[in-house]
Amino acid sequence: MSAVSLTNIVKRFGKVTAVHRMSMDISDGSFVTLLGPSGCGKTTTLRMIAGLLDPTEGDITIKGNRINDVPIHKRNLGLVFQNYALFPHKTVAENVAFGLKYRSVSKADAQKKVRDALELVQLPHVGDRYPKELSGGQQQRIALARAIVIEPDVLLLDEPLSALDANLREDMRVELKRIQHQIGVTTVFVTHDQSEALAMSDKLVVMSNGVVEQVGAPEEVYNTPASEFVARFLGTSNILDGRCTGLDGSTVALDVNGIGPIQVPRDRAPHLSAEGSAKLVLRAEKLIVASSNAPKDDRIDLTGSVEAVDYQGQAARYFLRIGDHRLQAINMIDDHPFAEGETVSLRFRPRDCAALPET
Amino acid sequence: MGWLLIRGWALLVYIFMFLPVAVVVMLSFNASQFGSFPMTGFSFHWFVELANNDAILRAFETSILLGSLTALVSTMLGVLASLALIRYRVPGSNLISTILIAPILVPEVVLAVALLLFLNALSLNKSFLLLLMGHVIFTMPFVILVVQARLVGIRRDYEEAAISLGAHPIQAFFQITLPLLAPAVFAGMLFAFTISFDDITGTLFWKPGGVETVPTQIFAMLRNSISPEINALGTVMIFLTVGLPLLGMAVARRMALQRGS
Repeated sequence: MSAVSLTNIVKRFGKVTAVHRMSMDISDGSFVTLLGPSGCGKTTTLRMIAGLLDPTEGDITIKGNRINDVPIHKRNLGLVFQNYALFPHKTVAENVAFGLKYRSVSKADAQKKVRDALELVQLPHVGDRYPKELSGGQQQRIALARAIVIEPDVLLLDEPLSALDANLREDMRVELKRIQHQIGVTTVFVTHDQSEALAMSDKLVVMSNGVVEQVGAPEEVYNTPASEFVARFLGTSNILDGRCTGLDGSTVALDVNGIGPIQVPRDRAPHLSAEGSAKLVLRAEKLIVASSNAPKDDRIDLTGSVEAVDYQGQAARYFLRIGDHRLQAINMIDDHPFAEGETVSLRFRPRDCAALPET
Repeated sequence: MGWLLIRGWALLVYIFMFLPVAVVVMLSFNASQFGSFPMTGFSFHWFVELANNDAILRAFETSILLGSLTALVSTMLGVLASLALIRYRVPGSNLISTILIAPILVPEVVLAVALLLFLNALSLNKSFLLLLMGHVIFTMPFVILVVQARLVGIRRDYEEAAISLGAHPIQAFFQITLPLLAPAVFAGMLFAFTISFDDITGTLFWKPGGVETVPTQIFAMLRNSISPEINALGTVMIFLTVGLPLLGMAVARRMALQRGS
């Protein structure tokens, strides 16, 4: 049975439709991420599950019970906010214990639960302090402890890492995943940060303009994007127009404008079903920039020139030109990146490409 | 040089404004039985006299009771109104907000006469309750302004977090919102008290016969004679109306600091 299930959810604010006919099932204990740019409806969806917003249409069930009309304070959900929302006038321990006051938990039990929760987030000694005496990362851990101490049916995280600085964010990512794994709570995570989404989720729900673009495991979504939006939103992609000239059980034949025929494996083009206009998706890290006199190999080999270089230390992002096409490549570099204006050989394998139908 | 002139001028303005107050305070300690210069000695005589004057004591009682009730009622209503206007989408909230704040903008005499005429139209008599209502009407805008300003700064996240943790919205209000709002509520209450305690125009129109507040009592006494007792009473009033808000502001600031927001 799914822990959370949304059926044909629609949310309108006046004339604006924020979420349009959204359905999804979240299985028990899984970590699901709603990913999309701001305004795509991901936070609205989370707030509807939380009960902070009412859906205009559709049903939300938690553990099989329809909860549309259950008020928030009876839903037993753990909610973590972007700005932590720790009660500034209560100590850390009082903050964590807050939800237990409204559950039949004895004083002694409550104290133990608070202690355990603080230990779980690795801050066992801050109980007597006030939130403002803690750093941002610590405050976010306390907010997490406060949300999980009530043993919620679902843990809802609304961009919980976006207020932290970059290094801390990556630590917290690992930490959050560890805690979620340890207690096994079903988690819905909202973010606009693709690397967070890819690193943490069991399942990704990519949204845009209130519509679900694709649902799947991170690898699946990354490798076989269902739409141009997904391909562009996750990672850096080169998207080239062309035609599908034939498809069978194992390969899809494409004729890419300005590049020529390419055979893409059928499983990299699951959304392509007929001949006609199509697009080739080539990830920037799969396009290898090589010296123009490097020995030939089995890869497709094109000649182009470097228009600009964005040096990033261990890697470089190249802005390239082949005929009329502008492409991007992100390559690890040994010591020196290729220079601007240099003529280079651009290589890639057809099996690293994905194909999309024209939309 | 220019700045020096401006400073000098500003100083003169302040002296012009506050010297009379200082004179009243000084003369209240004058031993002479005429409330004027030259001072003939330092004495608490007039304060003792004040404490023995039944009419004045009654007026004090009335003023304190009226002020306290005004503070209580207008704070309660003001907090509720602010919550409704800031936290909920009320149709016509802009209009309601303007109407609630309007009593500050309308001259008090106009407000006083209007309320009196209204009462007349309803053929109700003047009463202490009416007086209280009048004071609530023109102290509430101050409460609303102060409370609203603070409420805007309290993020909804706090309440949402509390509710998601299982608190009923009413419990969340008393557990989270009200404590965070306390400095503003407290300040608003003090404003209401001081304004009510100090008010004369409205009170003169609305007070039922035989009831005197301190300001109307002073006014009545002034009509007969200028007794040094009035200086002493003035001194007490000055200390109350200046001291209370200062004290209140200090307490509110402490509370705000402790609450860390």
